[in-house]
Amino acid sequence: MSQSYSLSTKRQPMALKLLIWGFIGLWLIIAAFPFLWTLWGSFKMEADFFSKADWFNAILAPRTIEDHGTAFIGQGYEGAWVQEEFWKAVINTALVCFFVVCTSLTIGTLGGYALSRSSYRYTFWLLITALIFRAMPPITLVAGYLLPFFEWNLWGHLTTTVIVLVAINQPFTLWMLHSFFQKIPKELDESAKVDGCTQFQAFRHVIIPVMWPGVITTGLFSFLLAYNDFAVTSMLLSKENQTMVPKIASFLGTTQTEGNVMFAVSAVVSATAPLFILVMFFQRQIVSGLTQGAVKG
Amino acid sequence: MKHSSFFWFILPTATAMLLFIALPIVSVLIQSVHTPHDAVLIETENCGPFGCTTATTIDQEATRALRDEKPLGKFVGLEIYFDRGHLAITEVAETWRNAESIGGFFADLNNLPFYRAMAFTLTFTFTVTPLMLVFGLMIALGVNALHQRIKGVLIFFSLLPMIVSPLIGSLVLFWMIDSRGILGSALQWFFEDPDLSMKASTGLTWIMLIVYGVWHAAPFSFIVFYAGLQTLPQDTLESAQIDGASRWQQVRYVIIPHLMPLITFVALMQLMDNFRVFEPIVGFNSEAHAASLSWFIFNDLGGETRLLSSAATSSVLTIIGVSILLTPVLIRTWRDFNAKS
Amino acid sequence: MFLKKVALASAAILMSGSAMAACKIDGRVSIVGNEFPAIHAVADGAKACSGGEVKANLTADHQKINVAGMTGNPAEYTSAIIANSSIVALMNEDVIRPLDDLVAKHGKSLKPNQLIKINGEIMAVAFMANAQHLVYRADVLEKAGVEPPKTYEEMLAGAKVIRDKGLLQYPLGGAYKAGWNLAQEFTNMYIGHGGEFFKPGSAEVSINNAQGVATLEMLKALSEYMNPDFLTHDSNATSAEWKAGNVAMMNMWGSRMGPLKDPEQSTAEVVASTTLGAPMTVGGGSTPATTLWWDGWTVAKNTSDADAEATFLAMMNGINPDRLDDEMAPLAVWLIDGYEPTPAAVGVFAAANMNATPYPMLPYQGLLHTALGAEIVDFMQGKESAEKALADVEAAYTAAAREKGFLN
Repeated sequence: MSQSYSLSTKRQPMALKLLIWGFIGLWLIIAAFPFLWTLWGSFKMEADFFSKADWFNAILAPRTIEDHGTAFIGQGYEGAWVQEEFWKAVINTALVCFFVVCTSLTIGTLGGYALSRSSYRYTFWLLITALIFRAMPPITLVAGYLLPFFEWNLWGHLTTTVIVLVAINQPFTLWMLHSFFQKIPKELDESAKVDGCTQFQAFRHVIIPVMWPGVITTGLFSFLLAYNDFAVTSMLLSKENQTMVPKIASFLGTTQTEGNVMFAVSAVVSATAPLFILVMFFQRQIVSGLTQGAVKG
Repeated sequence: MKHSSFFWFILPTATAMLLFIALPIVSVLIQSVHTPHDAVLIETENCGPFGCTTATTIDQEATRALRDEKPLGKFVGLEIYFDRGHLAITEVAETWRNAESIGGFFADLNNLPFYRAMAFTLTFTFTVTPLMLVFGLMIALGVNALHQRIKGVLIFFSLLPMIVSPLIGSLVLFWMIDSRGILGSALQWFFEDPDLSMKASTGLTWIMLIVYGVWHAAPFSFIVFYAGLQTLPQDTLESAQIDGASRWQQVRYVIIPHLMPLITFVALMQLMDNFRVFEPIVGFNSEAHAASLSWFIFNDLGGETRLLSSAATSSVLTIIGVSILLTPVLIRTWRDFNAKS
Repeated sequence: MFLKKVALASAAILMSGSAMAACKIDGRVSIVGNEFPAIHAVADGAKACSGGEVKANLTADHQKINVAGMTGNPAEYTSAIIANSSIVALMNEDVIRPLDDLVAKHGKSLKPNQLIKINGEIMAVAFMANAQHLVYRADVLEKAGVEPPKTYEEMLAGAKVIRDKGLLQYPLGGAYKAGWNLAQEFTNMYIGHGGEFFKPGSAEVSINNAQGVATLEMLKALSEYMNPDFLTHDSNATSAEWKAGNVAMMNMWGSRMGPLKDPEQSTAEVVASTTLGAPMTVGGGSTPATTLWWDGWTVAKNTSDADAEATFLAMMNGINPDRLDDEMAPLAVWLIDGYEPTPAAVGVFAAANMNATPYPMLPYQGLLHTALGAEIVDFMQGKESAEKALADVEAAYTAAAREKGFLN
């Protein structure tokens, strides 16, 4: 991590410094503004936050003050968490994400390792096939699953959704892990094999200890995919097994009921909080992990 | 690695992909060359809360007999691929014969859904992909040049466009760009045009979708490139500095070549994702101005009468389109692979 | 809002106490349907039954999963809540069962007009009606000196007066979002002009005619008085415009009237002056330019007789007249026995009294609806002529109908 601030810290002229600060400042505003606006608005009434009369209402909140006597109300949060039991969706999301990340990484690591260590031509074609698989639009895949899942009574369960999410994100995981393993020198496991280890023993005792940065990064991307997924979870989960994103969509519904829209807004703000903690906790690993895999030889 | 151990290592992931991706692709291919049997229609009397009417319904008995005989439906070959909703070859040929000029031909072509969707999708793909690469690189260089302490917060805020659920992102953004929303009003003030509306004109809608696309995807390239910058070999950079390379030259001749494998990876994923653009079109209610193959699939599956063969055909066309787009990158990977082995 | 729901929930609990004796089921019940308050109320009634498991999956995506969910044997869903447009998909796939035996056994309390008969068999039980009709702001119209319009021509003239007097820049509203909503407005207006969608007795479309052109011209003329973003406005967005006081007249769904008249959701000025009218006619015709809709429930074919009976009983409890209290009654225009029309229902009743046309229950109507929603957009933006747009609709429909086997 620390060897790299070459371009930066050395003798930056004032003009360049200003330019960098200005650019990054602008980017931060562009990147964060919609979210901060949502955060602010989640404490208002719908009539103010989504005012069609004057956008200034979202800041001054005249309706909210008139109806509640204060400019900040927690109705949206109360409605989402207490009345609509958003916490159930949070638990479901946690379960889905945990198992998706674990399964995805386990089978992806094995596959990615094998692809990086075999020099036969079929490995190339396998990688390309995986890429073509990724081109398939997820809505078509999900529409195709529905009938067999209903017939075999697999529909609606968290397990089914976990397996589907793992499978359709496998091409991305495989590509990413494959490039990570390319970076780990082949001599490591070759020498272990010379010492009499089988391929699997070499993998277990030599590769696993050094692969973590890459695996953690891939895991984070798998996590984000599972966390944010709508196409699969909205179609394959029954009401009581819903995860957060389809739950939020159901607050909106086809006919938006007054107040329910604010449940959705509050729920989204709530749903972003764990991601904040996660990113803060793992940022070092994200960066170092990507570094390893990214620069493939 | 031996074939047998390779087989056991790859087995779990290959099984998952075979079952959940390859099999559906095969069934989609089969579906796309079949259509439902001709419906046997009968006149009936239907009654409801508002009285009785004579109407047409499907004769289930007669239709079931047809279905049982050939459960896949009627084999039609490539008919669906060539019909008006897809490649529309008859219509294109006719347009070509009737067109007075090349410009007129393209104007008429734009009337056919597939070509109109292609016009938008390709514009979107080929503006968003390079812009997000450049933008991501600039942010990565900028963040890398700043003080270490604040980097954690910078990274989190930079990731926000990618991690906030697109569902709500578009709900809030859709309001913001309304002509009475905060961004819409700002633009009206900026261009001194009180009637300016982003949602009413095709051109502005495209720009809006492209800006959203870049905004949403830039964090992905940023985080990948930022990571890449951390492994920049010091000695190469130092020797470039000793040779008197300017900052721009360092970026151009040292940093970009170093990041090249990463740029390829991000470009590959982004070309694919942008070609399948879908969520922003629905999120911004911009069906009137922009469409994509993925949106066609959504529309075919979401209607009151679902067009399964049509959706299957659009899916196959998506895969073919992505394959064509990725060919240059794939050829490059092939060369690398051969050079390596 | 929160208090209201609590009140509703406790009312349901109280009621289930009394309904317990009446509603005892012996089987599995699983409902799939759309997501809006009236359907929630019906599903809650079904859930109040004891003796068997009652589940409900109410979601905006219900049309994508109901056919698949009823195809398996036994079907995952024993009942689908549908409307007159969407029952067609279930009929086409043959996944719902005739209800004649169950109605004879348990459905004595149903009114004859609740029974949806197709080819002589009862296929669904309707419980609510809906239609689009005029809503206007009495205060704005009065200020402008405009009478509430009876025809679309009067509406246009009124809009011009309101704009010219500087009262509102965009006096008209409407759910004209490209796709389903816009196609629905075309359907209304085309029926108002006396048009026929298909050649009699066949699936061959015929809308490229004088009525079709007149319909498009009228939609275009109306849109000139609407917010320029009209092609992105669905019913939600249009209602929001109304509540913000930006619109003086619109053609809107009866089911949306409750929220428009709710003092919690808009300014006192808007709520007080929001007035419901009858649907308008167009082009000198006598048929109102609107369509009548019903929502109802069905029972799956691939389900055991015991489960089908349980489902029927549970759904009957969902629409039990005893449940029509002050909370449930304003949610919809109920077809249930004993329903007293609320002030929010007058528009739909007016539509029914004017002999408005029900939305056509044809196997291929949905295909035409989709084609309309996609292809008349160019005309609305002034990019092509009405004839060209209608020809495009016909071509798009024909391609889809051939694929589905309705045309050769």
